[in-house]
Amino acid sequence: MMAAVVLLAMIGGWELYVHASGIDELLLPAPSAVGEALYDDRGLLWENFTVTAGEIGLGIAAAVAVGLACAIAIHFSPALRRALYPLLVGSQTIPIPVVAPLLVVWFGFDLGPKIAIVALVCFFPIVVPTLDALARVDADQRKLMRSFGASRWQTFRMVEAPAALPGLFTGAKLSVAIAAIAAILAEQAGTEKGIGRIVDQALAQFETPRAYAAVLVLSAFAVALFGLLALAERKLLPWAHEPRQP
Amino acid sequence: MQTRITAPREGSRSEAPRASARQADAGMGAAVRLDGVVKHFAPVRRGSVPVTALDGVTLDVGEGEIVAVVGPSGCGKTTLLELACGLIAPDAGTVEAAPAALMAQSDLLLPWASAVDNAALALRVAGLSRAAARERAAPLLRDFGLAGFERARPHELSGGMRQRVAFARTLLAGRPLLCLDEPFGALDALTRQEMQSWLAGALAADPRTVLLVTHDVEEALVLADRVVVLSPRPGRAVATLTVEAPRPRRRTDPALVALRERALSELRA
Repeated sequence: MMAAVVLLAMIGGWELYVHASGIDELLLPAPSAVGEALYDDRGLLWENFTVTAGEIGLGIAAAVAVGLACAIAIHFSPALRRALYPLLVGSQTIPIPVVAPLLVVWFGFDLGPKIAIVALVCFFPIVVPTLDALARVDADQRKLMRSFGASRWQTFRMVEAPAALPGLFTGAKLSVAIAAIAAILAEQAGTEKGIGRIVDQALAQFETPRAYAAVLVLSAFAVALFGLLALAERKLLPWAHEPRQP
Repeated sequence: MQTRITAPREGSRSEAPRASARQADAGMGAAVRLDGVVKHFAPVRRGSVPVTALDGVTLDVGEGEIVAVVGPSGCGKTTLLELACGLIAPDAGTVEAAPAALMAQSDLLLPWASAVDNAALALRVAGLSRAAARERAAPLLRDFGLAGFERARPHELSGGMRQRVAFARTLLAGRPLLCLDEPFGALDALTRQEMQSWLAGALAADPRTVLLVTHDVEEALVLADRVVVLSPRPGRAVATLTVEAPRPRRRTDPALVALRERALSELRA
């Protein structure tokens, strides 16, 4: 509710500023112009949006799968923790434009390199909260399982893995926003279709309102995806949102 | 056959043995035998001296006996139970114990699992299917006054109910020895007394060998056949009181009151 009020106020202010200052539409189109572009180019935007949405969805899914496997491996093996953790941090510092052309050479112009780039960027924010949640399991809880004769794997399956799920969800939610940026950058390295291409094209053709409209579509998608994940978390892990027992 | 856990040789670091590796003692005799047990803990900060939690504790628990260990906070009571459960190894002396199920201070219930699934945890570890484990756990929960709460998650249960679920989980582990660590420490005074009477009743109906540690002398006297008093850190057994009062015991029983005075004077000494 408050978000809607703030949003409306911002749009109103923006519209006023554009008209009052007489700023060039090429630099900053008015919201009304963006809205017009959104309507006029809806077919084009939708067609390209589905491509980018697919890259984001599959990229996050790949990051969750690989990130989860990595978190589990690191959790089980102190040696792997020492060997992999610094590399994970390092992987976050790779600027996407540096590796994007390489990935295009390796995987071609299709979906492959985009998914790889989105996954690369989302991987770290998924691994860290998952590992933290695994490590936060009460030591007494592990002792209890050992007193029942549970194997390391049973303790993981029955106690640690469920306890790590909220961390995994936190990671996935963090990933949504940066995944959108990563997908745009990946597309700019070479693609046939996608929101990133629309943005590039529109700017080159001095159609700034269309570029803004394209960004708007992507932002709305990220917000919706975030909300969907939050909703799924509430439904699947109701216990994670209950107050802690004394 | 009992497993004998001896202190590892000096300088060698040994992992505590897994409880499942230990075999039940089917014969008569002691369920727990601690002989001259010493346990140190590594210093918290580099350079400070290691903490001696237990310093030569000798203690026997006969089969079917309920032994309570009382002592001030920090006298190594929890360490004693972890040794008996085979979760840690002593630095000196020997520990022999039948396979034990541990019930800790906090209920340690899994927040995502229902009461019945929490109670059935050890059965699941033992390899029973979810349905079979629930089938065995549900009647016990009903006996414990939790009928209708089988599907409730811990969040929806009161402190006393959670502790009863935790006790059901301990019983269902099917171990000959129960190690109870301040089982009612987190409860309010009234619930605590109710739960002590309830536990005395549950143990009368289903006798087990119990090693109970508590700082509540009254709790020890209401429940136990024998009460061992530990000194402040480093913990050493300074007195053993035999409780012969008939059951069910009343807190106001003159024999219990006299024993309480003795135990408290030993604790103050």
